[in-house]
Amino acid sequence: MIRYFTLLASFIALTVIPADTANASETITRFEAQASQSGDLVIASVTDLAFMRPLIFAFQQANPGVSVTYIEDTSNSLDASVSSACMGRTFLADLVISSSIAQQVRLVNGGCAREIESSALPSLPDWAQWRGELIGLTYEAAVMVYNKAAFADNGPPRSRFDLIDLMRQSGSLNGRIATYDIEESGVGYLFAFQDSTEASTWGRLIEGFGRNSVATFCCSSDVIDRVADGRAHIGYNVLGSYALSRAENDDRIGVILPNDYTLVLARAGYIPREARNVAAARAFLELALSPQGRAILDGETRLLTPLSGPDALARLSGDDEAAFRPIPLTPALLVSLDQAKRVRFLSQWRKSVTPPMP
Amino acid sequence: MNMAPSLSSAIGSRSIAWRLTLLLTLLLTIAAAGTVVAALSYGQTAATRAFDRLLTGAALQIAERISVVEGETVVDIPLSAFGLLSLASEDRIFYRIIGPDGATLTGDESFPLPDAKGDAPLLYDTAFSGEAVRAIRMRRFLAERAVRGPITVIVAQTLRARSELANEIVARAVIGVIIAGGVTLALALLAMHLALSPLRRIERAILARDPKDLTPFSTSTPREVEALVAAINRFMARLDKRVGAMQDFVADAAHQMRTPITALRAQTELAMEEDDPRKLKTLQRRIRDRALGVSRLTDQLLSHALVTHRADSVTLEQIDLRRVAVEAEREARRTGGAEGIELDLPADPVMVTGDAFSLREAARNLITNALAHGKPPVVLRVSTTTGGKALIAAHDQGAGMNPDQLQRIGQRFARDASNPQSAGLGLAIVAEVAEFHQGSIQTTSGSNGGFEVGIVVPLAAAPAATSGKGDAA
Repeated sequence: MIRYFTLLASFIALTVIPADTANASETITRFEAQASQSGDLVIASVTDLAFMRPLIFAFQQANPGVSVTYIEDTSNSLDASVSSACMGRTFLADLVISSSIAQQVRLVNGGCAREIESSALPSLPDWAQWRGELIGLTYEAAVMVYNKAAFADNGPPRSRFDLIDLMRQSGSLNGRIATYDIEESGVGYLFAFQDSTEASTWGRLIEGFGRNSVATFCCSSDVIDRVADGRAHIGYNVLGSYALSRAENDDRIGVILPNDYTLVLARAGYIPREARNVAAARAFLELALSPQGRAILDGETRLLTPLSGPDALARLSGDDEAAFRPIPLTPALLVSLDQAKRVRFLSQWRKSVTPPMP
Repeated sequence: MNMAPSLSSAIGSRSIAWRLTLLLTLLLTIAAAGTVVAALSYGQTAATRAFDRLLTGAALQIAERISVVEGETVVDIPLSAFGLLSLASEDRIFYRIIGPDGATLTGDESFPLPDAKGDAPLLYDTAFSGEAVRAIRMRRFLAERAVRGPITVIVAQTLRARSELANEIVARAVIGVIIAGGVTLALALLAMHLALSPLRRIERAILARDPKDLTPFSTSTPREVEALVAAINRFMARLDKRVGAMQDFVADAAHQMRTPITALRAQTELAMEEDDPRKLKTLQRRIRDRALGVSRLTDQLLSHALVTHRADSVTLEQIDLRRVAVEAEREARRTGGAEGIELDLPADPVMVTGDAFSLREAARNLITNALAHGKPPVVLRVSTTTGGKALIAAHDQGAGMNPDQLQRIGQRFARDASNPQSAGLGLAIVAEVAEFHQGSIQTTSGSNGGFEVGIVVPLAAAPAATSGKGDAA
């Protein structure tokens, strides 16, 4: 995973600690307290630091005595370390935030979380919280990105049906489609699994992917990079937050919210049972849901929030017909993680999709 | 145990309305508590049943999707099963599928199995991952060429939704009970107010009455207080009679006293102007006779008043009439003029229920009457009659009364005008005493001359059972 955001300009009171040998994929960033230190908040997350930084700054402004330690990891690696900490009842973080919401639900289902007990919870829609322990913080759509130059003539596909038709009609998309490697990416697997339950288009879609030699990648940013430089014409099921914030600075790409339906994912956070600084973790979550937090998340990161998301997304895309389907935080997500189910689903995927060429 | 008397006296001293309110509140509270207990148990059962159906449904859906493909057992957990369980939106879900060989095919490998054996679906309570859970074990038998034997499906769920539902049921029941109880109490108090309104009407009727008005109440009353009103009416009738008797008596007495006293004064004045010693002597004798008459009249008036008073106020006791006769004779002898009275008493006690003083007065008056109007010898006789009655009578050798006197016997001031010493009250007292003892005056003219006046009263029912205090023996 490329971490160009974390490696950007350094800030005061910021140190990047090299990842320890035990977990090569994780990066630990520490924001020292701005006043005399009275506490430490440890956040473990799969979200790129650049996306979270404005929120952390706002938090430290409100709580100058609290230093923030930000552990960033890939979803699978984070899931493994959080799971083992939960099983061993040891401390890992005060707050775990991840876009792998199925894993988050599994951890909460396994009793790893504690009740958040915040008065901000009732304001959240039902689908964006579970048991008062897991709450959705963002509102990120699964979008298609396209290379504007490639679709200059006829315009880009507006729905999955358009995409399926395009893939069938011409060979123009052969080798020009990029999407998540769902075996490696938690978010990619989740979107694919939801697609398979949402509509019958899924079967035809992956058949088309196979015929057109789809290229698969671990991360949204890789897909967007390919589409931007023209190696791919279209990227399927890319996280909207990344796509929208990139599209604003990059004229080469456009973003489509498929109008048959648009999956929406709420990055979910919970406070682990073994958290040390529950008050700070709760304050951080409450900040994210507060009007100030909403303004930050709606801002340039385009993470949005479950409260402001539908309106903001419709405004950003300029598309009124989008049919948003938020993925609810419920134990039904556990089905996607069932070992047997996963094996079957992935083998079906593999059968249809040719592995990407190196 | 100290509480009981003070409590009961506290209840006793309050109004009926207060008592009813207390009892109704108590009963309603007991009923409400019972309902709440029932609701608690019902709420638990209802919630358990409702969510057990979800569990069973989910297990059935999962079991249905177990198949054998190419010699392998394939478990395809259906999304709908979890959708079903997610209806209990706040609850954690666990599952475990075990193959015929005992190996966990998928799910939580450490989820506990029930102790009981058997193939029927079994719902059981256990704990997992730090929380109490409700689980179902269901078996499905595979009979394929490659896989044979039972597949065990276990689905479990935490209890949050169950207890929420149970609490909601109970909370609603409690609210319902409180509302129903309040309404019932209010209606009961209203009903009580209406039911007790006749009492208030009677109270108002009594208060509104003129103090001198002693006529019976004509207010219509419910049956329950009829007895009370009847008792009040009886009491008032008695009071009315007493007051009437008193007024009559006072009027009569005033009239009766005035005449002899006027005569006495006139004779005294005559005596003061008389110089002739012989005439003066006559006048003095007359004055003395008159004074004696007034004295006796006063005595009898008081006696009569006393006897009348006792008739209403004295509790009756067992008395031997022989003793009454003996005492009356002794008293008469002491006051003088009663020498030569004989007593004729039977050997056995003659027990009656009555007032000793009144009977003695009656006997004394019988003697006085016989001495005043009859001829000696006078015999005071006590006997029992054939009709189960007792007789006490004075017998003399006089001619007795003429029919006119017999007709007026017992009336007040029915005196013999020729006899200035008679107050005309003696037999009235006797009659009063007889009536008070449920008896009557009896007069007998003897065949061998003589005349007898007495009273007949009922014998006491069981003389043997008495304390013997009044016994002559």
